[in-house]
Amino acid sequence: MSDQALLAGTRRFALKAMLATGGVLAFNIEFAAAQGKRATAAASKLTAYVQLNADNSVTITSKNPEIGQGVKAMLPMLIAEELDVAWSAVRVEQAVADQAKFGEQFAGGSMSTPMNWMPMRQAGATARAMIVAAAAKQWSAPVAELTTANGEVIHAATGRRAPYVALAQAAAKEAVPAVETLTLKDPAKFAIIGRPVRGPDTPAIVAGKPLFGIDTQLPGMVHAALVTAPVRGALLRSHDAAKALALPGVRKVLVLRQLGEADGLVDALAVVADSWWTANEARKVLVAEWDNGGREQHSDAAFAAAAKAAFAGKPAAAVAAKGDANAALKGAAKVVKAQYTYPFIAHATLEPQNCTALFKDGKLEIWAPSQMPDEGLKLVAKALGLETSAITVNLTRIGGGFGRRLQNDYMVFAATIARDMPGIPVKLIYDRDEDFKLDFFRAGGFHQFEAGLDAAGKLVAFRDHLVTFGAGGQPGRGAELPADLFPANVVANADLGMTVLESNLPLGWLRAPASNTLAFATQGFLDEVASASGKTLPALMLELLGDARIVAAAKLPGVPDAFQPPPFDTGRAAGVVREVLKIAKWGDKPLKGRGFGFYFSHLGYFAVVADCTAGADGAVRVTKIWVAGDIGSTIINPLNAEQQIRGAMIDGMGHVISGLKVPITGGQVQVANYDTYTLPRIDVVPPIEISMVKTDNPPTGLGEPAMPPAIAAIANAISSLTGKRVRSLPYEA
Amino acid sequence: MKTVLKVNGQSREVDVPADKPLLWVLREDLGYVGPKFGCGQGLCGACTVLMDGQAIRACLTTLDTVGAAAITTIEGVAASPVGKKVSDAWIDIDVPQCGYCQAGQIMSAVALLESNPAPKDDEIDAAMAGNLCRCGTYHRIRDAIRQASGGANV
Repeated sequence: MSDQALLAGTRRFALKAMLATGGVLAFNIEFAAAQGKRATAAASKLTAYVQLNADNSVTITSKNPEIGQGVKAMLPMLIAEELDVAWSAVRVEQAVADQAKFGEQFAGGSMSTPMNWMPMRQAGATARAMIVAAAAKQWSAPVAELTTANGEVIHAATGRRAPYVALAQAAAKEAVPAVETLTLKDPAKFAIIGRPVRGPDTPAIVAGKPLFGIDTQLPGMVHAALVTAPVRGALLRSHDAAKALALPGVRKVLVLRQLGEADGLVDALAVVADSWWTANEARKVLVAEWDNGGREQHSDAAFAAAAKAAFAGKPAAAVAAKGDANAALKGAAKVVKAQYTYPFIAHATLEPQNCTALFKDGKLEIWAPSQMPDEGLKLVAKALGLETSAITVNLTRIGGGFGRRLQNDYMVFAATIARDMPGIPVKLIYDRDEDFKLDFFRAGGFHQFEAGLDAAGKLVAFRDHLVTFGAGGQPGRGAELPADLFPANVVANADLGMTVLESNLPLGWLRAPASNTLAFATQGFLDEVASASGKTLPALMLELLGDARIVAAAKLPGVPDAFQPPPFDTGRAAGVVREVLKIAKWGDKPLKGRGFGFYFSHLGYFAVVADCTAGADGAVRVTKIWVAGDIGSTIINPLNAEQQIRGAMIDGMGHVISGLKVPITGGQVQVANYDTYTLPRIDVVPPIEISMVKTDNPPTGLGEPAMPPAIAAIANAISSLTGKRVRSLPYEA
Repeated sequence: MKTVLKVNGQSREVDVPADKPLLWVLREDLGYVGPKFGCGQGLCGACTVLMDGQAIRACLTTLDTVGAAAITTIEGVAASPVGKKVSDAWIDIDVPQCGYCQAGQIMSAVALLESNPAPKDDEIDAAMAGNLCRCGTYHRIRDAIRQASGGANV
């Protein structure tokens, strides 16, 4: 997955091929994976994904990084279903990074489900076909007469049956069948897909076993901690490491220059010691002088002033226009105008960024909690001047992703330190303050909206000027304004434009990129528009959505067809709006303290209703959340799905009421730990009621699409409660 | 400083500085990587272990303050009846998402149930509010504590 493709696709990933063929996705996986094909007495590896073990268990390889989104159950479930084995017989093994063998391996854009729904089922069916072919030969029976069930091949005509393991050695010698020859199960007969499955790692997590990147332990390992400039991007002018080097246990202090991701290069000092605690203590006595190079000019106040100036004029770039927004606004019976803003925020994964690397005999081995390991491998190869074939990346379990680990800076730093110490494994861990400083931030931004209503109260014009962040006039990761922004895509006259500001803070994708800000701003503004026309927001939404129809999205330039934004199905959208109104028992009257939000992202349609009250201390509390979602025909693992949606609601609460904000002054981020970067805790979490609407569409992922409407619904609920419109995040009383 | 620590019922000798936090002694010197580093300031609870049955933040507890106290980590928590019940409930309900905070959550839950075998919902929230879960598994944390306490799994 290239950076560009993910940038385009992560917001609302589309697979035209998949949609066109009802789920059959042209996705090249070489199931033969010759390098994985081998048979031993103990186990027979049929393909890169399936190994039959002597004890009749099956080892299934899970290719994508597990960040808590549940792929380590979900992907193997798809394989096991079509392989036709009992889930209890499945052992799950994490793949190493090897895209030639496994196809795309990344955790982003809620894409693991849509990209793998068919390929992983095909992977299971491939192995099953090889086993059946082997049985057909042994029994001299036609393949067509053989069936499988629960890990056995059965020939009803003769009453013969054999467990897969008895056929394993022969099956491993079978040719891998062409994908077109495979027969997939009738979904009505699914025995694993659609049933609750626990995380394969849950017992090991509960036992405290080493699973995460930070748990990597290798003989003779040393530990590294980083010091970077307070002002992001500042260059190291001089340093004095004498005091640090004098501490017992400190091995060395390395100067790292201009390393990391291309758009977030930093200078750093790396302290290497026998213990990470020692290395981290030594950071405190390092003396470093930094050259800020003017970066200290960047601040929230400067951003706000630049936005104000931009709003006084025209957007620097047009994004989309249809009809005649100027004329429609001039002729409108009523015009609603408002500005919305949201801050820079950080990912704050609980497992800090870390990476272990060993450079030995010209080869580099890496253990990395990365969401996009193949990109990391290439980045390291480039930075160190190594061939990609000289680098192995092991995928560890990941203590939270949220998009932070789509960037691979920590891999470059760890690899660079390791190359300096051949034969010695090095584990680098960012201290929490460095983890905040070195984030790739969700960009702040500013919207100026105008809406025109006709005499009947109908929305006839919509204008949005987004002041966002990026470089060279191009918005950074997750900071874009999509041409098909709702409601611009459904009103007669629309005008979208943007102005891109620059800062010293590199930008990164954060859970539901772009959508997590656009939902807040657009659904908040539409709530105002609804009020102005005497309606509730859900009533306005149903009016705008109208009859069920497909609204095509404008093509993104320079993006392959498979990654173009998907069309918007107003029928599916209206379906979840109606469903959430039903479960929340909400009629057509506004209720004080109740808010609504809808959003479509990552191929998922979600509508949320939130209730809030003011507590005795005056602080706002969310008291109940209702969610309705449509992610297609199938909820692959309902046990995990429930938790993904709950987690998305709670994360949404963080954006609005817990206080997620990275203040910037003097080019420096003004948060360093969880005391000032406050995430939701257990004592603020309300009951959450979920209803899923199933429609005849290929299933998509759940890591992201439920969150954007939660942010909107909670903000709108607070506006309703206080009577004062929430136009800035986070909410401050 | 040579120190004999009592961890999960075993005596283990270490020779490290007196001010080294227990978290890093456990993780680096004794191989107990279950307790996690999250914030280093007692703000997230990922490093929570039991010291003579009390939930403490191992990242703030220096070695010299441990003395002869019995330390229990996630690796040894299931040896006690309450610890076993909590661990079983955590698996049965499938609490973890990413799983990084869960060792700390379980240790705090065990300390709660040891002192209050049938906590009310607000008592669960109060006892667990020091443990951050970035994924938001809080509903299941409550459910697992209720189940382990013998109450209804709502």
